[in-house]
Amino acid sequence: MAEARVGVVTFPGSLDDRDALRAVAFMGGEPVAVWHQATTLDGVDAVILPGGFSYGDYLRTGAIARFAPVMAAVQEFASGGGPVLGICNGFQILCEAGLLPGALIRNRGLAFVCRWIHIRSEGLPGSADAPRGEVLHIPVKHGEGQFVASAEELERIESEGLVAFRYCSAEGMVDERFNPNGATHGIAGVRNEAGNVLGMMPHPEHAVDPDLGPTGGQHVLEWLLAAARARVGAVT
Amino acid sequence: MKFRFEVLVSLKEGLLDPQGKAVQNALPTLGWSNVSDVRVGKHIELVVEADDEAAARSQVEEMARRFLSNPVIEDFRVLAAEEA
Repeated sequence: MAEARVGVVTFPGSLDDRDALRAVAFMGGEPVAVWHQATTLDGVDAVILPGGFSYGDYLRTGAIARFAPVMAAVQEFASGGGPVLGICNGFQILCEAGLLPGALIRNRGLAFVCRWIHIRSEGLPGSADAPRGEVLHIPVKHGEGQFVASAEELERIESEGLVAFRYCSAEGMVDERFNPNGATHGIAGVRNEAGNVLGMMPHPEHAVDPDLGPTGGQHVLEWLLAAARARVGAVT
Repeated sequence: MKFRFEVLVSLKEGLLDPQGKAVQNALPTLGWSNVSDVRVGKHIELVVEADDEAAARSQVEEMARRFLSNPVIEDFRVLAAEEA
């Protein structure tokens, strides 16, 4: 079976592209570096928009990156059902691009947060091996990770089950005490209606290798690789 | 002709503004305890070359809608056109 090829986009100011490429390889995929000036995705089976501070976070986080040349190809890939994972700054870019609902604003306490936390999976899209309720130990590191949406949009996100992850205790209890940034309803990650685009503030790419610490990120990379493998050999 | 505009971008009413709140909470420590509703936004100045003011203004409004603000969380106002 051919390996799933996962493209990782590097924007000016991306920081976690190397870790994302390494995490893909560690989890058994074939990592493909994609430059922000690229106009095609070179036939990859999945895309990761990594964390960092693209374009210095100027104007708004992700606001300038969403108009980078490669984003037209990412938009097309996503609307064709291609699996896309946005991590941290990548999540912010996907929201700015309108591929995910809501937006990320300054953390409630204004401080940059950088620590290990827990999130509860609310069920990853289209993945049988991602049981609802699983608690993942995973790091966050961001200044603008407070998820917000209008009241009507929030109701739609909740009623259509678009919440992928919520901040929680080690036991899986969702409570404001475990919310690192004030995110509405403790939302740490959301998906789109079709289920092929996922954005999250925590960093799965930093949490896959047991030699380096907890491995809560494996769950997310497994989802992405399973979705990518389903496309290998598919007529596109 | 060149026209100068100011675009004011602010977080939507009803969205908690963490920066505004931090500023507001700091004011009483300086002795100003009668201040409320502090909101922090962005002020963008720009000059547009166009045939007339109406064309320039409509371009600025489109730029504000598509790029300078995020309609999910922000409102904007276009102010004070003058020939630059």
